[in-house]
Amino acid sequence: MQSSAVNESQLVIDSHQESAHHGHPDHRMFGVILFLIADSMTFIGFFAAFLIYRAIMPVWPPEGTPELELLVPIINTSILVTSSFVMHKGQVALKNNDIQGLQKWFAITAAMGVAFLAGQGYEYFHAEMGLTTNLFSSCFFAVTGFHGLHVTVGVLLILSVLWRSRTEGHYSSTSHFGVEAAEIYWHFVDVIWLVLFVLVYLL
Amino acid sequence: MEQVHPQRKWQDYFSFSTDHKVIGVQYLVTAFFFYFVGGALAEAMRVELATPDPDFVQPEFYNQLMTMHGSIMLFLWILPAGAAFANYLIPLMIGAEDMAFPRLNAVAFWIIPPGGIFFLSSFFVGAPQAGWTSYPPLSLVSGQWGEEIWILSVLLLGTSSILGAINFVTTILRMRIPDMDIHSMPLFCWSMLATSALILLGTPVLAAALILLSFDLIAGTAFFNPAGGGDPIVYQHMFWFYSHPAVYIMVLPFFGVISEVLPVHARKPIFGYRAIAYSSLAISFLGLIVWAHHMFTSGTPGWLRMFFMATTMIIAVPTGIKVFSWCATLWGGKLNLNSALLFGIGFLSSFLIGGLSGVMVASVPFDIHVHDTYFVVAHFHYVLFGGAVFGLFAAVYHWFPKMSGKMVNETLGRIHFAMTFIGFNLTFLPMHPLGLQGMNRRVALYDPKFQALNELVSLGSYLLAVSTFPFIINIVWSVFKGKPAPRNPWRALTLEWQTASPPIIENFEEEPVLWAGPYDYGIDTESIDGDEEVDDMLAEVAGNT
Repeated sequence: MQSSAVNESQLVIDSHQESAHHGHPDHRMFGVILFLIADSMTFIGFFAAFLIYRAIMPVWPPEGTPELELLVPIINTSILVTSSFVMHKGQVALKNNDIQGLQKWFAITAAMGVAFLAGQGYEYFHAEMGLTTNLFSSCFFAVTGFHGLHVTVGVLLILSVLWRSRTEGHYSSTSHFGVEAAEIYWHFVDVIWLVLFVLVYLL
Repeated sequence: MEQVHPQRKWQDYFSFSTDHKVIGVQYLVTAFFFYFVGGALAEAMRVELATPDPDFVQPEFYNQLMTMHGSIMLFLWILPAGAAFANYLIPLMIGAEDMAFPRLNAVAFWIIPPGGIFFLSSFFVGAPQAGWTSYPPLSLVSGQWGEEIWILSVLLLGTSSILGAINFVTTILRMRIPDMDIHSMPLFCWSMLATSALILLGTPVLAAALILLSFDLIAGTAFFNPAGGGDPIVYQHMFWFYSHPAVYIMVLPFFGVISEVLPVHARKPIFGYRAIAYSSLAISFLGLIVWAHHMFTSGTPGWLRMFFMATTMIIAVPTGIKVFSWCATLWGGKLNLNSALLFGIGFLSSFLIGGLSGVMVASVPFDIHVHDTYFVVAHFHYVLFGGAVFGLFAAVYHWFPKMSGKMVNETLGRIHFAMTFIGFNLTFLPMHPLGLQGMNRRVALYDPKFQALNELVSLGSYLLAVSTFPFIINIVWSVFKGKPAPRNPWRALTLEWQTASPPIIENFEEEPVLWAGPYDYGIDTESIDGDEEVDDMLAEVAGNT
């Protein structure tokens, strides 16, 4: 009985070694997803704090909080949501071995990310409240700022993909972890923004 | 140290090595360094508390000692020590060459030494005084720079912990040899899976809380400052959402260690493999919904207290499953009472007391009576010292031959155990009555009527300090002069024992073969003399080296 188990496992090992000849299996995307789960918990922490304040404070937002302008954030939201689709077109282009397509769509995505950040900068600059005005303004700047930091990192990731794509053969239809990691990160930042937008601006 | 590892120079242990075994040793040695620092701080506290008056240190400095002791022991000793064994053992146990992300692994380690030194540097600007919990508003008014250093260090160490957890989960789930399914992997891997899940879900919430606390401290916001319209209770919720699971993050790896150590040295299969494996996951899940039991006296509404009291008590069920399974594993075994098993049994008895006093403080009326007294101090030291640290020493004695290629001196190991066990109980047992009589924790002064028991506690702590000497002597002596270890000195069945001691670079000469389950000691259906069968096979394997 013992020996048959060994034989069986030997067979499995042989087939495994055969696949190992083609290089180590790639676990990086799995790791990225675990990281994003952890990162989402940071946002959930912020959102939970925000919701608790909302629930327990007798007046919310506190008296004297200026009404938030909605025009810029709505434009920003549409830019960010559209950029996720634009970016996906880049990834699809790469899978068809179209490096120029990848570069074009990713460059547009990066530009849209910068436009989003510029919009947020405009909003900060024209807000009639500061970080320490009251609890609501503190929450507003902390949460949108932390998200803006993520957008900045996302833009940098896209730019580094663009930089690397200049090397011929760095990305191909079969080898494109960097492209996919940047994309999934960007979608993640996008989804977080939608939740944030509903919680902070609409509720 | 060339003789320790033929393929490795001592300089490798100070380098940005990506070998999980080097990183495991780096973690372990770093953790022990901070253990001795944290221990020295604790001894200073005990010297102060030997008398009711502040005659050894000023009360402010006592607060710094108390804060730094707690934070160092949690973030720089037990957390990295658990990660040390996870790093060293996981790839070996599942037959992999290394972790899934070796460079990330090295990054995770190299955050710790600078983070720890930065943390200690807070003594130069006035160390934090608000306890390891750093509750606002106290943490906002007791020394800005020390507190900010505390926040930044904990953020750094938390990052390291998250990066480590990503590696552990990916490695365990994706890199087992093909014929090891998830139900034939060693229980240590299960416990690290449960631990890593908590790290990934809990630590980021602590980070969020600390970022907001940092804003309050530096930028003048008032998230947690009632004076500016904020609410300190929100900090407590966010803090404990991580910090209660953190207790399980610290003790679960050693649950795994005990599940490895007991069957080997008792020569019996583990009792209830799946029960132990799944109860780790159950503890993880329940650990996420019990946090407000730390806040029964924080104005928590009655219905919420009921909920958290119930969930907390339910945790006793999966924990009890483990304790009974371990006892059943020992029952009727051929116990080889060496240092590893002694520490394992020490773990069982001490952790049991800590677990039971945990059920006591889970009950709201009792908790309100003993909140912030020495009863709580006794409880969590029985869990974290009696549990985690005893488990850690069991792990050191069990895997030292594998890690160093040398055997330890058993006599010194047993002396170490006896002194630790007596010193530990002398230190922490009297804290139960002290707490019940109302002695407050975290204060340098106390009512003179508590002095007799406090003298006993201080004496016990000195014995505990002295008990580390036989250990250090034993380890240093064994590394250089110890008897060479065979590849499988304990005749154990898990895969790490199928390779050389210490293991070669990339671990195995050829992919290891699973020819028995991890705990199939003394099991054989064909031969009458059951014990001989597996043992013979083990002897054969050992003979092949």
